[in-house]
Amino acid sequence: MPAVLEHPASLLDSAPETPAAFPAWFAERQCAAWQRFLDLPTPKRGHEMWRFSSFKQLDFSAFARSADVSQSTSLVQRSTALESPAAKFVFANDELLHSESKLPDGVLCLPLAEALVSHGDLVRSHFMKQDTRLGSAKWTALHEANLSNGLFVHVPANVEIDGTIEVFHWLSGENTAIFPHTLVITGANSKVRVVDYFQSANDRDPGLCIAVNDLIAGPGSKLDYLAIQAFNEKTKVIQVNETGVARDASATGFILNTGAAWARNESLSRLEGEGSRSDMLSVSVPAREQEYDQRTFQHHVSPGAYSDLLYKNSLYDTSRTIFSGLIFVDEGAHRTDAYQTCRNLFMSEDAEANSMPGLEINADDVKCSHGSTSAAISDEEIFYLRARGIDPVRARQLIARGFSVEVIERLGDEKVEEMVLRFLDDKFSHIASGGA
Amino acid sequence: MSYDASSTLDAETREALDIDRTKGDFHFPERHKFDAGRGLTERTVDYISDVKGEPQWVREFRHKALKVFREKPMPTHWATKDLDNIDFDVIRYYLSDGEKPKRSWDEVPEEVLKTFERLGIPEQERAFLAGVEAQYDSEAAYSNMKEELTKLGVIFVNSNEGLKEYEAIFRPWFGKVIPTGDNKFSALNSAVFSGGSFIYIPKGVKLKQPLQAYFRINSENFGQFERTLIIADEGAEVMYMEGCTAPKFETATLHSAVVELVALKGAKIQYVTVQNWSSNVFNLVTKRGLAMEDAEVRWIDCNIGSRLTMKYPGVIMKGERARGEVISIALANSGQHQDTGAKMIHAANNTTSNVVSKSISVGEGRSTYRGQVHIPKHLKGCKNNTECDALLINTKSRTDTYPAITVKGNQHATQHEASVSQVSEEMLFYMQQRGLNEGQAMSLAVNGFINDLVREFPMEYSVELKRLIDLEMEGSVG
Repeated sequence: MPAVLEHPASLLDSAPETPAAFPAWFAERQCAAWQRFLDLPTPKRGHEMWRFSSFKQLDFSAFARSADVSQSTSLVQRSTALESPAAKFVFANDELLHSESKLPDGVLCLPLAEALVSHGDLVRSHFMKQDTRLGSAKWTALHEANLSNGLFVHVPANVEIDGTIEVFHWLSGENTAIFPHTLVITGANSKVRVVDYFQSANDRDPGLCIAVNDLIAGPGSKLDYLAIQAFNEKTKVIQVNETGVARDASATGFILNTGAAWARNESLSRLEGEGSRSDMLSVSVPAREQEYDQRTFQHHVSPGAYSDLLYKNSLYDTSRTIFSGLIFVDEGAHRTDAYQTCRNLFMSEDAEANSMPGLEINADDVKCSHGSTSAAISDEEIFYLRARGIDPVRARQLIARGFSVEVIERLGDEKVEEMVLRFLDDKFSHIASGGA
Repeated sequence: MSYDASSTLDAETREALDIDRTKGDFHFPERHKFDAGRGLTERTVDYISDVKGEPQWVREFRHKALKVFREKPMPTHWATKDLDNIDFDVIRYYLSDGEKPKRSWDEVPEEVLKTFERLGIPEQERAFLAGVEAQYDSEAAYSNMKEELTKLGVIFVNSNEGLKEYEAIFRPWFGKVIPTGDNKFSALNSAVFSGGSFIYIPKGVKLKQPLQAYFRINSENFGQFERTLIIADEGAEVMYMEGCTAPKFETATLHSAVVELVALKGAKIQYVTVQNWSSNVFNLVTKRGLAMEDAEVRWIDCNIGSRLTMKYPGVIMKGERARGEVISIALANSGQHQDTGAKMIHAANNTTSNVVSKSISVGEGRSTYRGQVHIPKHLKGCKNNTECDALLINTKSRTDTYPAITVKGNQHATQHEASVSQVSEEMLFYMQQRGLNEGQAMSLAVNGFINDLVREFPMEYSVELKRLIDLEMEGSVG
């Protein structure tokens, strides 16, 4: 026990220091990012990207970075999801605790802190190249300034990775902030799947996670990315995704939200080549006072591309969701095929869902549609299940589960689907028991 | 393509179309007794109030509104930057010849009469209207209603007369559905409003024929700010139609109306607009209805002309089982931006609302749908249906959709759907095989796209509408 109780300085008070081992260009970027963070205004009312948002959630002054990790062995033990993953990394408070890999030669898959030193130029040519368009520019600048680790994956052309690369991000300690970063690059005709798991060491400690993932799918490649957000209900999350899809490539982004007090997801897919495809999927099950704020952008730069978005929310108790999506078709992006659907299932009288499905079309030969629905389970459905001997509470849960399964089934891998369902069922059992 | 080239049209039709094309594009020399000059100051407001001989409360209302107008920023953080091109200092806020509206067309000054005759108003009045008000710049030139309606207690006058002669009915609702501070342009209207209708339909009176107002801008750089208030008492029914045109001036003209509808218990108001402003007009209009128990407010809206239209008719469903509906057709041609939509505010149980919007973008035209649906949590049994479909004709055409739907609680149902498409080559090919030229085929396809909505308009309007759309489509293919 220290003689004097030291209060950690807020992460907003001073510029973070770039570790000496990192290359100079990175130190410059971090320094510039900090300045940008200071210069950019805090989002406030009237800002379209933050319409319906809870601005009170944006006070991050209580949080600080921390290198202390208690119970690191138990965290490594708790880091299990899929049976025999292709590679596994465990981070706690952005420090690497454990790694294992059986990836084929030529595949680069290593902590970002290492990649910055060993493959600095490769990282540099892909690292956070795009502007943040969906409102969180200030917070991605804070992320960039504080970034110390994460995962870097580079799959060379024509290499297909069977199985899944798993990354566990643990938040440990009171008022800790983490800034995990995932950078995945696939070469031509390669294939990879990466899953990020976001979890808290315990149910008590508030935390902050500002995560960014950059996904760059090369021509003809297939890139699947999943984010399983299951933090404790004291934690705030901002997760920003940037996906670029080249000719004939296919990228799938999936987000499961079961945890956090407040989570903001910003997902942007840029269709950059003919025949490219982006699937944007999400399942959220907010309960109690949880609030999920999701903003999406389907950017059709190239003609002849396909994008399909399906977001589903099952809202319990006094939870709240915001969905704001935009399909944006550039001039000349003809033969665009774009879809966007957000569905809200109300499980409570006090929940609130806001939907803003949007389209901006600057080309004429397009097929675009969006839809949004909000409704509760009808009495007929409950009656049908009761008539088969299922009690109403269970019946409602079954319907909500089935509602979410429709999205999860699109992941196209049985083991991965099972894993996601386990996290989902965890949440349902939490809801059933009424506890946090 | 052009109609002249098409051999399938007979001479008579061609002639009809040719007249129609320039129907609104003419103006007479200005002859004003009262002119508030250019720009907007406290003195402008006082001038308008003095000319109109208004009671003190109206003058105060105007001054307060002017303050609000100055304080409010332009809504360019979500709306188009084109708004910044409005120069409030060159606009003329009040022009009139100082005459009272006439009850008979015979007394209307000749040039004004000619204007409205060319627009076909007196003819339509004889044919199918219950009453007409014709506004020329700031004031109504003509206002008349069938005699039997007066006996039933129906009031149909201009807003100026309404606030003076019928203060007891007018004042409690004036500015209540749309408060001055609702937006920058409702504040501007509140400061300088002139003209527009005040209508009161007594309990249980159901008008079989529509009332019509026609708004005409004759002077360059003029801003028209009419203010309409319609109150349908319990069980009453009324259909109100408005048409608008202006000649093509070189410079921008502003039209910024405020329309408030109040449908008391069981009443029904239908408000039909066919807007065909010339393409130099900024048309920034605030329209909202209040529907009490079992009442119904329907906005039927067609936007064809203007440089920029921003219009989101709304319904506040304040009583149980109230119903709100917006049916809208927008056609944006090159140099035009139709930014339209609907606002549905559910404020009582079992209220239902329906929004059907169809837009067509031609050439470099841009059409935007912006919608808001709000269902708060203490309510149950509310339903909303929103459909918006967009049709793109040319490669440079644009369309956007920005709905916002807030639902609280689980006893409601909302659905929103939107689609964007173009006229398929197969469809055109099929029609061309049957002897239509490409332009006719395109017109037919477009008319088919909006046909189910056109049927919602009164017959006389739907014919006119189809013709207007045919004209706008002219030359869009090939």
